[in-house]
Amino acid sequence: MRITQLAGAVGVLAALAVATPAAAAPSPAPGVSNAGTSFLTAVAINADQQVQVGAVTGDYLYWSFGAVAGQRPDLDITVALPPSTDRTGSQSWTVEVFDGLRRRQACVAGEQNPVAAENATSITLGCQLRQVRSWAEPWDGDPLPGTYYVRLSSTELPEEDLGLPVDVTLALALPTGDTGADQGELAAPLVPNNKPGKVLTTPAAAASAAPGTEDDEDGLFSSWSFDWIPDFSSRWVWTVAGGALAAVTGLIGFSWTRRRRVA
Amino acid sequence: MIHKKLSLVAAIGLIAASAFLGATPALADETTTAEPPRVELVLDVSGSMKAADIDGATRISVAKQAFNDVVDALPETTQLGIRVLGATYGGDNKKTGCKDTQQIVEVGPVNRVAAKNAIASLKPTGFTPIGLALREAAKDLGDTGSVRRIVLITDGEDTCTPPDPCTVARELAAQGAGLVVDTLGLTPDEKTRKQLVCISTATGGTYASAKSEEELTDRIKQLVDRAATPPPVTPAVVTGAKDCVEAPLLSAGVYTDRELISEHRFYRVTVEPGQELRASVSISLDRPLNRDYGVLLKAATVNGRELVRGVDAGSGRADVLSAGLRWSGTEEKENAEAEENNSASEEETTTVTAEETTDVCLIVSNSFASPTAAGEPGMPLELSIDVVDASQAPDAPGLGRGFLLLFVLAIAGLVAGVLAGWLTRWWVATWREN
Repeated sequence: MRITQLAGAVGVLAALAVATPAAAAPSPAPGVSNAGTSFLTAVAINADQQVQVGAVTGDYLYWSFGAVAGQRPDLDITVALPPSTDRTGSQSWTVEVFDGLRRRQACVAGEQNPVAAENATSITLGCQLRQVRSWAEPWDGDPLPGTYYVRLSSTELPEEDLGLPVDVTLALALPTGDTGADQGELAAPLVPNNKPGKVLTTPAAAASAAPGTEDDEDGLFSSWSFDWIPDFSSRWVWTVAGGALAAVTGLIGFSWTRRRRVA
Repeated sequence: MIHKKLSLVAAIGLIAASAFLGATPALADETTTAEPPRVELVLDVSGSMKAADIDGATRISVAKQAFNDVVDALPETTQLGIRVLGATYGGDNKKTGCKDTQQIVEVGPVNRVAAKNAIASLKPTGFTPIGLALREAAKDLGDTGSVRRIVLITDGEDTCTPPDPCTVARELAAQGAGLVVDTLGLTPDEKTRKQLVCISTATGGTYASAKSEEELTDRIKQLVDRAATPPPVTPAVVTGAKDCVEAPLLSAGVYTDRELISEHRFYRVTVEPGQELRASVSISLDRPLNRDYGVLLKAATVNGRELVRGVDAGSGRADVLSAGLRWSGTEEKENAEAEENNSASEEETTTVTAEETTDVCLIVSNSFASPTAAGEPGMPLELSIDVVDASQAPDAPGLGRGFLLLFVLAIAGLVAGVLAGWLTRWWVATWREN
């Protein structure tokens, strides 16, 4: 069901916007002034949303955001440190990004774990992820569409410096790269299934019924659908240009074989 | 179907709708489980709170003012209670003094006037029985299944040990899921700070120090704000087994368990052919630990053959360490599909798939080490499991890209043109002759 990547992106973004009512959806002000303290309570944020949170050194602050294939999430964080008169040594901070399965994601750019000197007034952190892929092997750790978690914490600091007030500003950008870079599609985005668990005594047969019927439907109509047409991407341009070029060179080649004579 | 294919707009609408519909069940789940969180403020009113060392004001007057500000700013939905310790007994008998803790505001929707009156009447008096106060506060909050948070505000260490309040906190956290103690030290000394840090770490809470009224008010407001947004789910309690045969069979959802240092816990999940297993685990670092550590989540067959593993390691301060994995038996799916096609006419598909069902074992292990507290209760473990449709491996790209592609196509065109030209000449020549 992939006509254009853009449509998918719009749909998923719309769904994400709807699915995050906890982030103070009723108020029109887009700013976020809160952070979660665990993966489950992570506060949802959107791209280009002003996030300003008061906290203390030693806190673990969690946010979550949704990303779709082709995006390159980019985080920019500034921490205003407590007055240097209250501090006794340097402290190191870190920003970590996890995917929907709580797997650590690599930052390809940005200062991920800087150290603030004792007299520094603020510290800047950044993390840019790899481009989110539309599909990856199950055994692979590549970034995939779905939820991402951000954790900001101070990793090493003198014990006396715990619990001092800091002010955190975070900006998230989701620039889109070449959406056609990848083939394949994930059946379901990596969004955690947040429902209370249930210990079973017998294998759940009912659970498989829903996906099973879907499969049947897909199978019946797969020969009719246009799924095999790739999304628009630079590949289309290259290929079409190549075809045109081949036609031109074909004509040139044809013309070489003709005897040049006056008619 | 054909109309859908023809109309791009309709397709976009459908994609949006399906994404929307896909998201709605999760939304429904969230709203049903979102009970209002219950918060209890525990305030130390021991004799040391008389000290006038916060901008010239006494600690208790600063705490009172901060409480008043917080009560004014509370959201309507918050279920708040207030408990004090060391407020009534002024004598020297330690035994009596260490039982001195009362709840002055019951946990419930806030009655602002009553709460303020209760706070105003407090006088700094007695001992500091933090451990007992925590126990009682946990009782006050009850076990309703919703999130429970205690905010402990004190200026001094426990004067009634044993029991060590840190041990008490770990016990309380182990008894019921979702009890968090946040601690606030009023101009704390080193011993108090260490004790409060220990209490908050043991329960997954946070520690903060306050040296002014403004800091105290800000921090309490932060904590109440954080408590006001409950987690989307209350994890179910499960106990992992020592091997795969006895392991509990889990459905999709979020679970909580406890794991000792260097223990292995087994869980089982049913994965139908054509489905993908997604699992993630987080272990909370709730005690003093050696510097380097790791956590391993392994998926294996019932016979013990490893399928895939998720692993993470770290060092230094951290609240949780997480690992996750995906696994789908694609080969098994193809086999199952072939069988299904064969037996489709006999309407036996359901029995076939049921037989093809594979149980996958999830094994959670860790490489933590603790110099002091390695025993019971184990470290909190959060397991999140989901079973979704497997994703198809994509075909090779149908379109190309790059100058090499252009070059190859151009050369192919040139060669084809030359060949076509020769062929035409030969054909024309032959035709003329005849």
